[in-house]
Amino acid sequence: MEWNELLIRYGEMSLKGRNRKVFVKQLRNNIKDALNDLKTIVIKSERDRMFLFADDQNDMKEAIARLPHVFGIQSFSPVAKCEPTLEAIKEKALAVINTGETDGKTFKVEVKRTDKSFPLDTNALQQEVGSYVLRNFPELVVKMKKPDIMLKVEIREEGAFLTSHIYEGAGGMPVGSNGHSILMLSGGIDSPVAGYLMMKRGVSIDAIHFASPPFTSDMAQQKVIDLAATLSTFGASVRLHIIPFTEIQQTITKQVPENVTMTTTRRLMLQIADKVREKAGALGIITGESLGQVASQTLESLTAINAVTATPILRPLIASDKLDIIDIAQKIGTYDISIRPYEDCCTIFTPSSPKTKPKLEKVAYYESFTDFEPMIEEAVEKRTIIELPLHQVDAFDELL
Amino acid sequence: MIYFDNSATTAPDERVLASFMEVNKRFFANPASLHAAGKEAEALLTRSREQIVSLLGAVKGEVIFTSGGTEANNLAIIGFAKKNSLRSKHIITTKVEHSSVLNAVAYLETQGFEVDYLSVNKQGLISVDELQAKLRKETNLVSIMHVNNEIGTIQPIAECARIIKENSRAVFHSDAVQSFGKLSISLGGEGPDAITISAHKINGIKGSGLLAVRQGLTPEAINFGGGQEQGIRSGTVSVPNAVALAKAMRISIQELPQKNFLHLRSRLVNFLKRFDNVVILAPEQAAPHITTIAFAEIKGEVAVNFFQENEIILSTSSACSSKNKSVGHVIEAIGLPEVYKKGVVRISLGTTTTEQQVMEFETVFTRFIQLLKRGKHNGME
Repeated sequence: MEWNELLIRYGEMSLKGRNRKVFVKQLRNNIKDALNDLKTIVIKSERDRMFLFADDQNDMKEAIARLPHVFGIQSFSPVAKCEPTLEAIKEKALAVINTGETDGKTFKVEVKRTDKSFPLDTNALQQEVGSYVLRNFPELVVKMKKPDIMLKVEIREEGAFLTSHIYEGAGGMPVGSNGHSILMLSGGIDSPVAGYLMMKRGVSIDAIHFASPPFTSDMAQQKVIDLAATLSTFGASVRLHIIPFTEIQQTITKQVPENVTMTTTRRLMLQIADKVREKAGALGIITGESLGQVASQTLESLTAINAVTATPILRPLIASDKLDIIDIAQKIGTYDISIRPYEDCCTIFTPSSPKTKPKLEKVAYYESFTDFEPMIEEAVEKRTIIELPLHQVDAFDELL
Repeated sequence: MIYFDNSATTAPDERVLASFMEVNKRFFANPASLHAAGKEAEALLTRSREQIVSLLGAVKGEVIFTSGGTEANNLAIIGFAKKNSLRSKHIITTKVEHSSVLNAVAYLETQGFEVDYLSVNKQGLISVDELQAKLRKETNLVSIMHVNNEIGTIQPIAECARIIKENSRAVFHSDAVQSFGKLSISLGGEGPDAITISAHKINGIKGSGLLAVRQGLTPEAINFGGGQEQGIRSGTVSVPNAVALAKAMRISIQELPQKNFLHLRSRLVNFLKRFDNVVILAPEQAAPHITTIAFAEIKGEVAVNFFQENEIILSTSSACSSKNKSVGHVIEAIGLPEVYKKGVVRISLGTTTTEQQVMEFETVFTRFIQLLKRGKHNGME
């Protein structure tokens, strides 16, 4: 079966009044990015739907495989085109129905006649096509309300267009249509999921990671690169900032009592993230925090940590159970990366019994003996920036 | 030298060898390792798999790399048979399969499996009616080769796939070692659920092959170790072999239109038809690279020797069994008349075969036939 085009339906964004144009443009760009290497793809966007054409059927197949990952698409359907004659439409209808299961399925034909010069009217055409399909697929049962297979036929001047199968899209909003934020990416299970959920709401991201070499290894860093690379498959590139954090961590260990080191560490991380956020032109900071999961994620801890900035901290997982988070991580392919067994900077300097209810005034008092500001500036300046996805893929092309 | 034994093995393509070397130098790390070099090798391995799946016309699928066609056939036959043995112990295959299928099935027979062998007509073709008749709703596995390695017959794989899908829950495996790169075959959908491919038959490297299976359908392991290849085929995966195989597959498909196999074969067949003491052993629509003939009352070996003296390499039948003196199982299965049985010779063309070479073959062939006539004449006096 050859498909001539894909009909793409927008999700929630078709509700968005005057901003719609911007949303559609963003989605179109994201789809273009996701299908960048498929040479014969052409995209045409309209007010409430988009069409995708491909000369090469392999490109079409590949597009069908990739589109379910692009946010902002509610669903899409492959469309077959034929001459606008009754005979051609009937034959194409059989071919289209034949691409899916028919056993025990219910069925309905819906005709839309944009070209009114077509000799048969809508009802007559519906009957002709419907009865022809039923004669050839006697196992189908006609059902008007919510049929399993809805064969849609649209007669336009340039031809007849038939479609039946509907592929589910990823939903959400096009990445980039809701601004830009910084994701604090640790290497654990939660933070990539938090990033994913915000991307699904249309937020594009820069990720920030804290490395403490030589205590943390290159492998731990590679793990975070792989996580960010995985996130970049959901419709927008991701810039990863890696912050050299060893000196600050060692200073904290020396300067504050052991049971508040964790709180101070988080406060300094947040200050650094806030500085990087400014440089990246981002508006919010995303974290994978989930209430009560660890000592730093109690309401008291969050209060003490959050006090260093007025920037909105977005915590999409705050009320999620760990098992639900793991489910999403597995679905989006970050789980297997997250569970690679490397130490990160948080696990290496963990105090044996961190305060679960730190007092803000006390923490601030302990910190006041050290001037962290120059160290923060230096860490931000010395950060490494990696653009993802890496374009290593091209190097493989010659080999294959 | 003119090499017409491409069904036994082919010369590796320069570009495939170059990739193999390059990957050995740059990506030698173990793809199962957690370090960066391992990850890079794994990424390359993943790309190879994706390329292979898409060359097989599928959007999704799994690729299990093996040491070659024989291992892939063993894995498919024994692995699927064991996996589904609680449902049924019934297997269907044909009498003309490669010995790596037949002997695996024979082993299963000793383990309590019941095997139906489809018979073939004089041209080596199975009957789809017989398949339909033997097929049961619960049948465990059906294995039918795409192109016969000894005589080039093409089996109606798409039709078999349709019949099997409509009437049974059986897994459908096809040995496409001889067909891949010459004929189109697709994984899943209108094609088989599992496909065997060997690298060295398509100008790749020896010791490398694969079993491709439909997404979500995997055989049980038949060897044990570190659990590589999703636990189905333990042993460190050779990334250079995988890349070289993916490349050989791409080249063989992309460059097929430029190879005039069909033209050369019809030229060869039209030429051979002129001799009445020679029969052609496959239907006209056989695989374009294999032409097998049989001489009356002459041993195939005599012909092979004569051509070798004239710098043309042919073979008596499949290389896997040509050292075995008795008549091969394929020749028995097609019921070749007694006078021809020992006179079988296979001419198999390759990607580098030229029309010039075929013309040279024709000249030598004509000389050979004249020599035979004289010999016979002398013998009678």
